[in-house]
Amino acid sequence: MTPETKQILFEPLVDNNPVILQILGVCSALAVTAKVAPAITMSIALTVVLACSSLLVSLIRHVVPTNIRIIVQMTIIASLVILVDEFLAAFAYDLSKQLSVFVGLIITNCIVLGRAEAFAMKNPPLPSFLDGVGQGLGYSLLLITVAGIREFIGSGTLLGYEVLRTVKNGGWYEPNGLLLIAPGAFFLIGLIIWAVRSWKPAQVEKPEYQIQVVHRTEVL
Amino acid sequence: MRKDSPLGTVTVALVLCLVCSIAVATASVVLRPRQEKNAELFMHKQILAVAGLLEEDKPIDALFQQVESRVVNLDTGEYAPDIDPATYDQRKAAKDPASSRSIPKGGDIAKIRRRANYAPVYRVRRDGESDLVILPVHGYGLWSTMYGFLALAGDGRTIKGITFYEQAETAGLGSEIENPRWQAQWKDKLALDEQGQVRFELVKGGVRAGGPDARFQVDGLSGATLTADGVTNMIRYWLGEQGFGPYLARLSKEREQT
Repeated sequence: MTPETKQILFEPLVDNNPVILQILGVCSALAVTAKVAPAITMSIALTVVLACSSLLVSLIRHVVPTNIRIIVQMTIIASLVILVDEFLAAFAYDLSKQLSVFVGLIITNCIVLGRAEAFAMKNPPLPSFLDGVGQGLGYSLLLITVAGIREFIGSGTLLGYEVLRTVKNGGWYEPNGLLLIAPGAFFLIGLIIWAVRSWKPAQVEKPEYQIQVVHRTEVL
Repeated sequence: MRKDSPLGTVTVALVLCLVCSIAVATASVVLRPRQEKNAELFMHKQILAVAGLLEEDKPIDALFQQVESRVVNLDTGEYAPDIDPATYDQRKAAKDPASSRSIPKGGDIAKIRRRANYAPVYRVRRDGESDLVILPVHGYGLWSTMYGFLALAGDGRTIKGITFYEQAETAGLGSEIENPRWQAQWKDKLALDEQGQVRFELVKGGVRAGGPDARFQVDGLSGATLTADGVTNMIRYWLGEQGFGPYLARLSKEREQT
């Protein structure tokens, strides 16, 4: 594996993570992370769509007229998402029921369109495909981390297996309901962003405005 | 032909749309039978679960052989032999004015607005006697319409099981209606009293053991009062005159005669 390939594949895990650095795809990161199992399915679905859409967009990038390129990308992404949705309903019915509308919403997931426009339109097919896989992995890593924490604290289970027996099931653990609702995911993602930026200060954005401290000696 | 010329733009757009639509249409047609089978298996699994007949590592199709599916006319309580229960879609029927009717404001305690004229029922018989009657129920909770199945014993009064297969109540609070431990409390409670009045309810703060109505009551869910009220109303609606009342009355009459 060349250093470039490695960079394309693994940089999105932490250094250029789509969710916590690019702040893309936050909607689904809140919606499907209450349990680990749907988060894993969503991760796979998004990674497949992202890799394939980047590959296809890159393959036809020289023939796509500039003025309709966004709608061309959207059409490709939408078709891929419908395919994934149909396959899930046929082969993983229970999971597709849990994910319900969120697979369809991959169409509007900014990561997919963002990578098609920012990377695949300017790069050859293979690097574009790898970029899609890499960004998908970055998204998956965050999604599964958040889902793991939410399911563990919110329900006392991991992947549906009981880890901490809850009071409702006759045990001792009083689950924290905050983690099961969307605000819990907001707090978690915020904390993760804080932790990563403390670890890697290069990710900290420059403030858009600087409040100037003015020393005035004269009395107005 | 330049790609940015009007002709080039239209050509690219047309070819792309054609290719994409063929791919999507093919997948949809090829996968449809499998998806329909999945949906059917899912429903059968819910019915078996509420009947307590679900067994690990036994195919659902084989287990479902024990279940007899019928469609019942809710107004008369009679079976409708000309409707095939395997294809009858109660949800679709409830949307069509020709096969449903709107529920008057005051009587719509389950908050479902329209009710289909026909509903599927499932029966499990053992030793020739009707052992279980399984009824589809639905009603509005706090955020969502909750769909489930209620299993009654052959007497039409004693609850044998409840299951919810579709709901979007508050995670961790209202969603606990899916908790099997909570659902287990429903078993052997009475839904109707001796006069045929629906008395079942979920009560806040837990059932007082030995209380006069304890046999009709199940613990409400703490922190989910509105969902619990929705469940109570749903059961009262579907077991009442508007719902399966006439059908259950007919069953118990037949039972007395034999």
